[in-house]
Amino acid sequence: MNFTPPDFLPAIGEMFTLGMICVVMLAYLFFDKANRGITYFLAQITLLGAAIIAISLYGHPTEITFDGSFVLDSKSLLLKIFILLSSVFVLMYTRTYIRDNEIAHGEFYLLVLFSVLGMEVLVSAYSFLTLYLGLEIFSLPLYAMIALRHNRPVCQEAAMKYFLMGAIASGFLLYGMSLVYGACASLNIQEIVSMMTISAATQPMMLTVGLVFIAAGALFKLGVAPFHMWVPDVYEGAPNAMALFIATAPKLAGFALLLRLLVETMPALFPQWDYLLIAVAVLSMAVGNIIAIAQDNIKRMLAYSSIANMGYMLLGLIAGTPRGYGSAMFYIIIYVVMSLGAFGIITLLSRKGFELEKIDDFKGLNARNPWLALMMLLIMFSMAGVPPSVGFFAKVGVLESLVRADIVWLPAVALVFAIIGAYYYLRVVKVMYFDEPLEKTPVILESFDSQLAISINGLAVFFLGLFPTALIELCQKAFSA
Amino acid sequence: MISLTDYLVVGAILFSLSLAGMVMNRNNLIVLLMSVELMLLAVNMNFIAFASFLQDSAGQIFVFFILAVAAAETALGLAILIILFRTRQSINVTDLDALKG
Repeated sequence: MNFTPPDFLPAIGEMFTLGMICVVMLAYLFFDKANRGITYFLAQITLLGAAIIAISLYGHPTEITFDGSFVLDSKSLLLKIFILLSSVFVLMYTRTYIRDNEIAHGEFYLLVLFSVLGMEVLVSAYSFLTLYLGLEIFSLPLYAMIALRHNRPVCQEAAMKYFLMGAIASGFLLYGMSLVYGACASLNIQEIVSMMTISAATQPMMLTVGLVFIAAGALFKLGVAPFHMWVPDVYEGAPNAMALFIATAPKLAGFALLLRLLVETMPALFPQWDYLLIAVAVLSMAVGNIIAIAQDNIKRMLAYSSIANMGYMLLGLIAGTPRGYGSAMFYIIIYVVMSLGAFGIITLLSRKGFELEKIDDFKGLNARNPWLALMMLLIMFSMAGVPPSVGFFAKVGVLESLVRADIVWLPAVALVFAIIGAYYYLRVVKVMYFDEPLEKTPVILESFDSQLAISINGLAVFFLGLFPTALIELCQKAFSA
Repeated sequence: MISLTDYLVVGAILFSLSLAGMVMNRNNLIVLLMSVELMLLAVNMNFIAFASFLQDSAGQIFVFFILAVAAAETALGLAILIILFRTRQSINVTDLDALKG
């Protein structure tokens, strides 16, 4: 029997990340007492290096390696680039927060890196085994991360709830996978696709039940209604820095999970999962947008907004065309950029002994720091979908793909909920610009990193709104091949 | 001869038992962790039954990975449980009510 070594090139980014994680761990243990910054810089180098590798691999022809369990394609590369870049911004935003609140910074950076490694694996996974392992590598550090600030009881509670919900979600996902494995006799996505038409005729029951369980597990992870109970609690209970991370990169990974499992593995079952997603999407848009209005905690409000936004993203998948998948991807990327900025500002405004949580804490922000208020204004306008912001183009993209697929009632429903949703985003703007500040002291950002990060982030939202074409084309091209 | 269906029924019963354990249990977090574990074991049951009837070893290998991940997951869950107990002196599910959802 011959052994031919697999092609390692598609996984080179993951190997780089893993190797650098070991370096960061050693550097933290040996050098960090004398020089606090070194772990931070090494962590940033890891993320940036992996992002550069992913960018340089872009355009590489689709390649499947490791016996069909790992894939390199433009979808996975695009998602990886945004996962890595958003994590770079997360570290820049949280640097002062971590220092001021005396959170074990080395542990935090390592957990972020491990989680990012898991997301990279998940995004590129091409068999059920790699998908599951990637999912667990990326979720387990998240549970631990919330509990890092262990003197706050509310954090422990959030960690426990997130852990239990995550464990149930993986249980559902695995149960579904086992049934699909039984029906198709393979764990490999490529082989499952080729077996699917035969087994859909012979084992329709087993496949449908498997599909329902898989969809439930994946939607649980993504946090859409009716599987959304954990989202507001975790966002509220988690320390702001960790909520920032949980609200951004994992959404991209959750999207990749749904894409691989439903769109790529089960195109033969499209009619079944289409109905499922329609129900889930309408419910999420309704629950998210309506309950968000009643919130006075900004983190809970953004949590419900994330539920609603996930509903809009699902509209692109419901269309069932490459164009729809592309616009769903554009939507989720834009959502992550916007929520990175919103949670970034929340993290920046929290100081030692003060967690910014209430919408009222934003009162009169314009008088205290006009630049930050302007950035928040851009982000909130974009989330509300006011033209010509980038959030507007993202919404137009998914709705247009639905109309082209001859589904007209759904975009109409989505529009109604978008208008309801605009209210609570604009309320934040009103509070910032027209209310009297609770305290008059100006907000000064100490570190250069965070100023740079928020400026780039806010301006990215602005300029992507003026020139959205390039990114839209990249997303569409990933699905047209 | 035990048929494949019998194994699947056992798996389904274990899975529903674990779900029932999570929904009905109102007083002990450790029981919740045990239910999570039982859920993964139900999945393992399915995988082994399929692997043996399909004559395919991939399913059995998957089971080893699930066992390893389950161990890591439980370690993490128990660690969170311990810090929870230290501040509250209780592991009662109904005491987890600081957050509204």
